[in-house]
Amino acid sequence: MRPSDLSNHISQWFDGSGPGADIVISSRVRLARNLGGFEFCSCLSFARKREVLYKLKEIILGLDLGQDLFFIDVDNSSSLEQDLLVERHLISRQHAQAKGPRGAVIACNESFTAMINEEDHLRIQVFKTGLQIKECWEKINRIDDLIEQQAEYAFDPEYGYLTACPTNVGTGIRVSVMLHLPALKMTGQIEKFYNAAKDTDLAVRGLFGEGTDAVGDFFQLSNQVTLGFSEQQIVEEFAGFIVPKIVEYEIMAREKLLKARPDMLDDKVQRALGVLRSARLISSQEALFLLSHVRMGVNLKRLEGISMATINELFMLTQPAHLQMRQGQELDPDRRDAMRAQMIRSRLCQN
Amino acid sequence: MLCQSCKERTATIHLTEISGGQRSEMHICEQCAQEQGIVVKNQIPINELLSTLLSAQAEGQTGGAGTAGIDPSEELSCPVCGMTLKKFSKTRLLGCPNDYIAFDEPLRSLIERSQGGHSRHCGKTPSRAPSAMKNHMEMMNLRRQLEEAVKAEDYETAARIRDQMQQKL
Repeated sequence: MRPSDLSNHISQWFDGSGPGADIVISSRVRLARNLGGFEFCSCLSFARKREVLYKLKEIILGLDLGQDLFFIDVDNSSSLEQDLLVERHLISRQHAQAKGPRGAVIACNESFTAMINEEDHLRIQVFKTGLQIKECWEKINRIDDLIEQQAEYAFDPEYGYLTACPTNVGTGIRVSVMLHLPALKMTGQIEKFYNAAKDTDLAVRGLFGEGTDAVGDFFQLSNQVTLGFSEQQIVEEFAGFIVPKIVEYEIMAREKLLKARPDMLDDKVQRALGVLRSARLISSQEALFLLSHVRMGVNLKRLEGISMATINELFMLTQPAHLQMRQGQELDPDRRDAMRAQMIRSRLCQN
Repeated sequence: MLCQSCKERTATIHLTEISGGQRSEMHICEQCAQEQGIVVKNQIPINELLSTLLSAQAEGQTGGAGTAGIDPSEELSCPVCGMTLKKFSKTRLLGCPNDYIAFDEPLRSLIERSQGGHSRHCGKTPSRAPSAMKNHMEMMNLRRQLEEAVKAEDYETAARIRDQMQQKL
């Protein structure tokens, strides 16, 4: 499989079919690991980076995960291919932009990905649709055990799994959910969410991870503390307590909007749909923002005839690298905006 | 504990200040902290922690396992990968697992503060007992030597190092 094969369909974890997926779009658990007997990536020579890459690639490609796995040589991929992988959350922006031997092993249905020679030698991730953090953890824990049978990790009895950045040391675990919180945003309560997250040592980021602002009411929420708790404790507090609480607030805000200001709500949803159905040029930011309103309209059953699958598909497939990959060439922003508008029109006017 | 300032409410904010090598502590309540213009941040960004770490280092608080035999006026560095605290504070990334030993003391306080006060792993452990850190360090050194020998086309030495490595695996 090649990255270009991915540009026509959405990732399974993004299809909106999972439990509570109207608000919790997807769940992800990531583990950071390093091989013993090697320096961390920042102090690794080209030759030893290649050794680490080869070793981990062989081990992971040999795992029986019930899914076909394929390897992508990130260092020798085109920048468009790299961008596509970033847009699909299969690799990080940092991994795309780094230098030297590095790669990714990806499961065909994109439920599992392993970045090799990113900040740490190995970062494995499992994705699932909806709120399924526990299921993600169980799966990644099994994969981690399988890798551990063949590779010796850098581990210290006191500090746990040793990582290049001390903010990941210990469990090396990062649990996160992608949330759609339009009603909290509309009712001016999003600050409360930010503060609550800070109080419980959680990080809030935009849709595309570290360093990006939240666009179109999408937020990524993740744990910060990786030391001093077991993985199960981290998972249980996050999935069993924190996320359900936020979901509850969003539902309350939606009910309040429906009861107190249904006209305002319908106006926002219909205006967004109107622009999406008639625009001839649309930037990815604007599309994200308007699709977010339409998504809420569909969730609250204020719109008929538009499926959640269509909306989710548009979110993913109208991203810049996806558009260009499908066209088979690089396009300037104007051309992309025209193509994006056309694609959105054709999908939304069919209904 | 009562607030040092109003002596009425419970102190919920505990500040430790280090200036000129002198350590002072302050325990106050949230209201008094606000009145005194003290901003409370739950999560201290790592770059902020790193700059405090460095200034503490500049005050000559060198110490820890890696300093044996090194002039204290010299900067603390890892004997395996050559990482220094200064370099670490710029990149925020450590150079090798041994840095956790080489920078034991300064790193410990940084980890505690960025990990919500925790400093001990309570999670998963590898199913097979990992070899000692010493073995890992030796492997790192051997890999470097091997690379240099190959570069210098000294294949006799390279072969010897390879044998040594194989024995350790």
